[in-house]
Amino acid sequence: MHPVEVTFDALLLFSMVVLAWQGVHARNMFRAVVSFMMFGLLTAVAWVRLEAPDIALAEASLGAGLTGALLLATLGRLGPERRGPRRRRAMKLSMLPWLALGLVGTTVLLAVTLSLPAPGLGEAVLAAMPAAGVDSPVTAVLLNFRAWDTLLEIGVMLLAVIALWSLGQDVLASTSRLPAPALPALVRVLFPLFVLSTFYLLWRGGHGPGGAFPAGALLAAGLVLALLAGARVPERMRGAPLRWAVGGGLFAFLIVAVGGMWAAGAFFAYPPQHASILIAIVEIAAGLSIGVMLTALFLGGEPTEVRRGRT
Amino acid sequence: MIMMAGTVLIVLGLLFFLSGTVGLLRFPDVFTRLHALSKADTLALGLVCAGLALHADDGALQLKLLLIWLLVIVSGATCSSLIARAALAHGIRPWQR
Amino acid sequence: MTVFYLAGALFLLGNVAVALARVLRGPTAADRMLSGELMGTTAVAVLLLLYGATGIEALLDVALVFAILAAMAVVTFVRRTWPEDPVDDNGGETP
Repeated sequence: MHPVEVTFDALLLFSMVVLAWQGVHARNMFRAVVSFMMFGLLTAVAWVRLEAPDIALAEASLGAGLTGALLLATLGRLGPERRGPRRRRAMKLSMLPWLALGLVGTTVLLAVTLSLPAPGLGEAVLAAMPAAGVDSPVTAVLLNFRAWDTLLEIGVMLLAVIALWSLGQDVLASTSRLPAPALPALVRVLFPLFVLSTFYLLWRGGHGPGGAFPAGALLAAGLVLALLAGARVPERMRGAPLRWAVGGGLFAFLIVAVGGMWAAGAFFAYPPQHASILIAIVEIAAGLSIGVMLTALFLGGEPTEVRRGRT
Repeated sequence: MIMMAGTVLIVLGLLFFLSGTVGLLRFPDVFTRLHALSKADTLALGLVCAGLALHADDGALQLKLLLIWLLVIVSGATCSSLIARAALAHGIRPWQR
Repeated sequence: MTVFYLAGALFLLGNVAVALARVLRGPTAADRMLSGELMGTTAVAVLLLLYGATGIEALLDVALVFAILAAMAVVTFVRRTWPEDPVDDNGGETP
């Protein structure tokens, strides 16, 4: 590696450690949130340096968009921060065992990582690619070879939405009354681009970095931006249609999986000649559904179905 | 020759990023810092994008670079206005000598 | 040429690392947000330069995603986080 690269990586690591420390130990909650958001930005750059553009894309779309928005909105709901008496955190002697434990743990992890078989399962994946139905190995793993894991991930997200929605109604009323004439104009420009890039990433997923998760995160970011600019969940979308949209990804996934059982004899077995179209269906349904689910998380509760007077 | 011009543009862009950072650190209040920051959003990134576009030889790539720049400009301008309004609403008075 | 791009990316990263001081110093929440904003823009430029160095086209997509999301944080911050009434936003400290 060139010395410039080494310096770059060292500086990147150093900044990430500083930001991670700030994210956990900052005295002021807002400072911690900003540090965490910046940490997300640098993480995406780190994935790029590790030559994993797929993960960089996912980290960029989730970390730069929705995670930060969720944390900032939560901070707003918590209200002004009450601080306890100021504590000086000094390096105490009692921290030494923990430090030692951390060092030993890191060393063990490093040793384990280095002793893993070098190419991992990469060759097995590449050998199976002709039957995968897509050109991108990452998408093939996510939606064909290990589709079961992705199904469960979407299921976990759905559970989170259900748990959050059972806590109460949406909290959109707490929006700021500050006049912001430029904001609706911005959203009018950006929203079509958000939709466009969502479908661009879904389409890219077939043969390169992209796919359902980054696409869903982008769609959610667009919807959240619209909500922040003053948009409301349309009246006719509330209730059943919204619930179908939230659960639709998992539903489509399950239908394809069970269909595979019927057609090819095993749960999630795609018939090879139809694999391509089936994966496309699952990917689009999952992407859109992930977008709606993330937006639902931002809403903080289910939008009420009937509202009297102005909404 | 064109490669050379691209390199010069990128270096200029980097210098404007530096000026944005210096401004962010040295200027006395939010509004003046916004002024420094908006240079990084528009001019600095624009120069870097233009330089890379000169280095690229593919029309689609150049279009994508242009799109990236436009997106950041639009967002940056709106965000500057939002932050300035919010800061005023919070009673932060612009710095005066 | 690759070294030039990498050196540029290194320069920008160093820039951002210095700008982190603004997150620490504040004094207002808006100042902290500003350095986040600068970091977002710089990250786009770093990714573009890394694209120049490596030629991996997906990096342009990552940069595009960053660019389209550039407004998210500030908009949420202004609409939701910063309370309307001008209470101190530095947790009780006067700047």
